[in-house]
Order: sequence, then C-alpha cells, then structure tokens
Amino acid sequence: MARPSDLEPGTFPPRAAELRRRVREFLAETPFTARCDSWLTGADPAFSRRLGERGWLGMTLPERYGGHGRCPLERFAVIEELLAAGAPVGAHWIADRQTGPSILAHGTEEQKARFLPAIARGECFFAIGMSEPDSGSDLASVRTRAERDGDGWRLHGTKVWTSGAHIAHAILVLARSAPRSGDRHAGLSQFIVPLPDERVAIRPILGLSGEHHFNEVVFDGAFVPDSMVLGRAGDGWRQVTAELAYERSGPERLLSTFLLVRLLHGRADGPAARRALGRLTARLWSLRQASLAVAGALEAGLTPQVPAALVKDLGTRFEREVIEVVREHAGVEPDPASPDPLARALAESVVQAPGFTLRGGTNEILRGIVARGLGVR
Amino acid sequence: MELLEETAHEILARDDPWAALVESGLALVGVPEEAGGSGGTPADAAAVLRAAGHHGAAVPLAETGWLAGRLLAEAGLPVPRGALTAASGEVEAAGRTLSGTLRRVPWARSADRLVVLADGVVAVVDPAAARITEGSNVAGEPRDDVVLPGVRAEAVAPCAVGPAELRRRGALARAVQLTGAMGRALELSVRYAGEREQFGRPVGRFQAVQQLLAELAGEATVADVAVRAAVRGPDDPVAVAAAKANASRAAGTVAAIAHQVHGALGVTGEHVLRTVTLRLWSWRDEYGNETEWADELGASAAAAPDPWTFLTGP
Repeated sequence: MARPSDLEPGTFPPRAAELRRRVREFLAETPFTARCDSWLTGADPAFSRRLGERGWLGMTLPERYGGHGRCPLERFAVIEELLAAGAPVGAHWIADRQTGPSILAHGTEEQKARFLPAIARGECFFAIGMSEPDSGSDLASVRTRAERDGDGWRLHGTKVWTSGAHIAHAILVLARSAPRSGDRHAGLSQFIVPLPDERVAIRPILGLSGEHHFNEVVFDGAFVPDSMVLGRAGDGWRQVTAELAYERSGPERLLSTFLLVRLLHGRADGPAARRALGRLTARLWSLRQASLAVAGALEAGLTPQVPAALVKDLGTRFEREVIEVVREHAGVEPDPASPDPLARALAESVVQAPGFTLRGGTNEILRGIVARGLGVR
Repeated sequence: MELLEETAHEILARDDPWAALVESGLALVGVPEEAGGSGGTPADAAAVLRAAGHHGAAVPLAETGWLAGRLLAEAGLPVPRGALTAASGEVEAAGRTLSGTLRRVPWARSADRLVVLADGVVAVVDPAAARITEGSNVAGEPRDDVVLPGVRAEAVAPCAVGPAELRRRGALARAVQLTGAMGRALELSVRYAGEREQFGRPVGRFQAVQQLLAELAGEATVADVAVRAAVRGPDDPVAVAAAKANASRAAGTVAAIAHQVHGALGVTGEHVLRTVTLRLWSWRDEYGNETEWADELGASAAAAPDPWTFLTGP
C-alpha cells in the first residue's frame, strides 16, 4: 500500500534538545541583525566563524575532517533555531548544507583535508556553479565547457544567480567535459575552483531592491588541475542530483519568513490576529513534521525525491502565505529603512518572496517530479 | 502492524464490514485487553481507522474503540460488545440517572450502547431508553440528537476525561480518517488520470493535470505525516490541534482536485470517488474544523512568550 510519497514521522535524537537550548542561549547573547530570508541575504562571515567555534558548522562531517560527527537531525535542530531567529547564516549556508557533504561523498583525501575543516570553522564559503543564462530548470543543458589542457582542464562559460560568489572562497562548477551525446546527462563533471582566480570574473546581479546577493560568474579559461575535479569526470549529473537532495525540503524551505510571525507576536492580539496566528502555527507544525520526516528518510539512507519535492512546493508557498497573513495584521507598511523591525522584515520578505518558489528547482518542475513519482508522467 | 493493516484493508473493503470488524476484534484495537478490548497501541488503532477512511466504510469504528471503548477502559468499566458511541453535552447526572440533550451524536441510532460524559462521570446508557432525532452528515452517516429523559444508566464510574478532552480525541480520530480518505482520493485520481483518454492521450499526460495531482499528493502527504506524528503524541494538545486543522484544510483542497481530475464522471452517485469525498467534506468539520482549531491554537500561541518555542517546545 506504500506510495512513493509516503513518509514516516522523524524523531529528534535525545541530544537535540540540549543543542537547541544552547543555540537559543547563543542567539540571546550574540548581537546580530535579524532578517527575513537570512540564509540567502544575511551574510556575516564573523557570525559564521562564531558558529564554527561552537561546533555548529559541518556538524555531520566526521571529526577527522574537522567536523563533529553529529547526525542530520541534530543539525536540523540547530539550523531551524538559527533560521527562525533570522540569524545571518548566508555566508556559510551553501558550504555547510551541500558542498561539504558533497566533498565528503565524492572528494579525494586531499580535497577533504583542504576544504572540510575550513568549512567547519566557518572560514571557507562555497558558491554553487549550476545555473546559466540559458540553463535554469533544464540544468542538463549547461554550456559551460571544460577543455582538456595538460594535467587539468580549462573552464569557459558563464554561471548566473550565483549567491554569495563575491564572498566565497571557492565555487563548485558543473560543466560539460565531453561533447553532448544521445545521453544528455552524460559528459558532465564538477570542478572545484578556488576564488579569487584571475580568469574568473565575478559581477553583481542586483536584486529587486538593488541588493547584491547574486552574481554572474564568467570563466575565461580558468585552469582546474585534475586534483580539483570532484568525483569522477563524467559523473557530474549523478553527483549534482544527489547534491540537490540536500537542497530541498530542509527547514529553510519553510522558515524564510518566520521572523515576521515572531515580530508580529504581541503586537496584534485581537481575535482575528489570534486566528491567523493559529492558522499559520497549524500549517507550519504540519509542514515541519514533513520536513523532519524527509530528513529522517535521508538519514536512513533512502532517497525520498518525491516527498522532498512536494515538501518544498508546499513549504515555499507557506513562506509566502506568512507574508500575506502578517500584512493583514501588522498595521505597518513595508519599509526597508524603517526603525520598526516588522516594517523592515516585511519589506525584505516581499522582495525576496518571488525567489522562494524559483530557487532549488521551480515549484512547477518539482510538481513534475512528483507527477513522475506518481506514475502519470 | 503490517499484518494488522492487511487484515483491516481486507475486511474494510467488503460491502458491509461491521460484523467482521467486531468478530475479528478490529473494532476494539487500542483498547486494553483487560477491559475487553483487543490491545495495541494508538498507532495500531490509527492504522485500522486510516483503512476505514481509505475505503469510505460506513462503520462506527472511531466511536466504538478509539472513543467509547477507551473511555470505559480508563474508568475501569467493562467494554460492552457491539457498536458504541461516545458523547458529551448538556447532561446532568443524579446518581445513576441522566437527564439532558446530546447533539449530533455519531451513530446513536445504530449503537448498542451510548457512552455519556456528564458531571465528572462516564455512564453507559441503552439507546432504547433515549429519544433520538435522526440527523446525518453529507456522507449519510448518522449524526443524531439524543434526549435522555431521566434515563437510568447501566453503569457509572468517575471519569477524569472532560468534554474538551473527548473533543480532542474525536478530532484526532477524524484527522486519521481524513488522511485515509485523502490517500484514497489520490490513488483514485492517479489511476483515473492514467486511464481516461482525451485528445488521443491519457489526461494525466497534460501538465495542467499533473500539476493538480502533485498538489493533491502534497496535501495528502503532509497531512498524513503530521497526523501520524500527532498519533505518536496523542496527549499533546498542540500536536492534535495542528494536525486536525491541517488535515481539515487539506481535505477541501484534496476533494476539489480529485473531482476536477475525475471530471463529470466523478460526480455521479455510482462512482466510488463519492465514498471518500463526501466523508472529506463531513469529517473536516466534525470535532472542530480548521478555523475552530486555529482559534484554539492561536489563543495558546498568543499567550505563550514566543511563537517559535510554542511550536517547538521550551
């Protein structure tokens, strides 16, 4: 009777409660600027290093690589505390969430020794070199090419929407290393490119409100020695698909706007506001159970692609619902320059909201994945 | 658990499964054996309820074991054999004599015994001694008004469970049933979209239909895992309120999409889809709909120091 979308509830390990308490203490005593969507827009390298000192980066990496040998659900508890507070986790987010685990899974000893301890210290931030001007949802169509040159490769091409490339210490690039054949997923490889590099140009792509989070990254023959190929040349598609599993359905797909709920709390207290708070609480409680269940399935070694896709679909739409509901009761207009944190958070969230259902696979593509899992596609 | 689920599905798929549910003991899963039940955990009882929701079975299953049987067992009273229902309302107990009115009691007319909460006691009443005005939900399941005109109870015992707790238990039961029905609505819709052809291909090949089915699957899946989580902590008022509110909200979306995918064929009296959608529209409102539970959750959340710790624990 099991369907591809079925999930068993996840359970936090006993140690998670203590971790959660320590993160709350840390957040209470550490000054930071709280923001909506802080995992994209809240880059604060000093804050990242402090998290590293506490052992809250690279949590699931083995201790011999500077990690902390924690389980994914312990990391889940820590990151959801940070996200719910709007803490500036953007600088290290990608390295901690996906590049670290990817290097652990596919990297050489040399790569692991070089990058993983630095990631866990909060001293090595990564950017994702996947999307291109002509390759968004259709990632396999990437045109950035890797050409053989001596004992390495030269990269030519352009990546876009590259969050945080301007502060990253390295970028993990998906490029075509063999000509396209019948199998469009073949011939792709992943390359680690330390930054800055004189043949890599990083230019801002400004967001709706003029803020700089995204970049265009142009590779003009940047050299990558064989030792910086991640995993096997030609195996890039399989690796990148596995990497995307870390990208979907985590708490950052539910909590990007939760700061609004916290800021509204205590300000609007009529029956209508309480009902709205109850609605959001019920929905978030349920979505969080689903997110936790996917994390538990990943930890158990399953590949819950369909549940991960549908959790992201519902979760990111919830993030937008939060904005609309809080607007109804806030009694303030969104204003990025306001001294009122709620007005500021509203302003941040409305301009970030279109991205919620685009990044990490558009919701329409994700629903396509669900439909395929159901067997109708 | 798997064997239990298999047996439950085998029995509940039948036309008239009630006698077999009683005979097999499935009607009293979750009620301790010492009290005359079949034993098992809340998760076991939920598995049977979910199967009943899946098959749209017209049986007083939630009422007999999950509600009435458990109440009697907790009060140390033996659980009578047969169909039971449980209710609270404006009822006074003077010794063993009960007077008052109970509204929209599920299955009252066909229950062998009524289990009534009144003034800190739980009482077992023969419905033959009550005046019953028949009502029903849109699925045709009895939801009767019951007048107790000074009825002598067959058994009475002190009871720590109050009306609010009974309502919460009822809400969790209906939430479980809703998820069973939503899972079936998904199954039926996926199958139909793969079979029905228009413009020379199955309608499920159209992206617009695929997007609908994915949304249905999303709602059904999230509701299901949330309710399963609530069943693991059935005494947590936040969990039950959230799970029922979400399941009730999801039920409307799921029923609408299932019918949209089935087109006009789904709205006929012969089509099996009605057995689940009529129940989705009924159960989402029973024991509190999404708005009532949101009000309750919202009031508690507003009174808490912080909405995040309210949600995740201190």
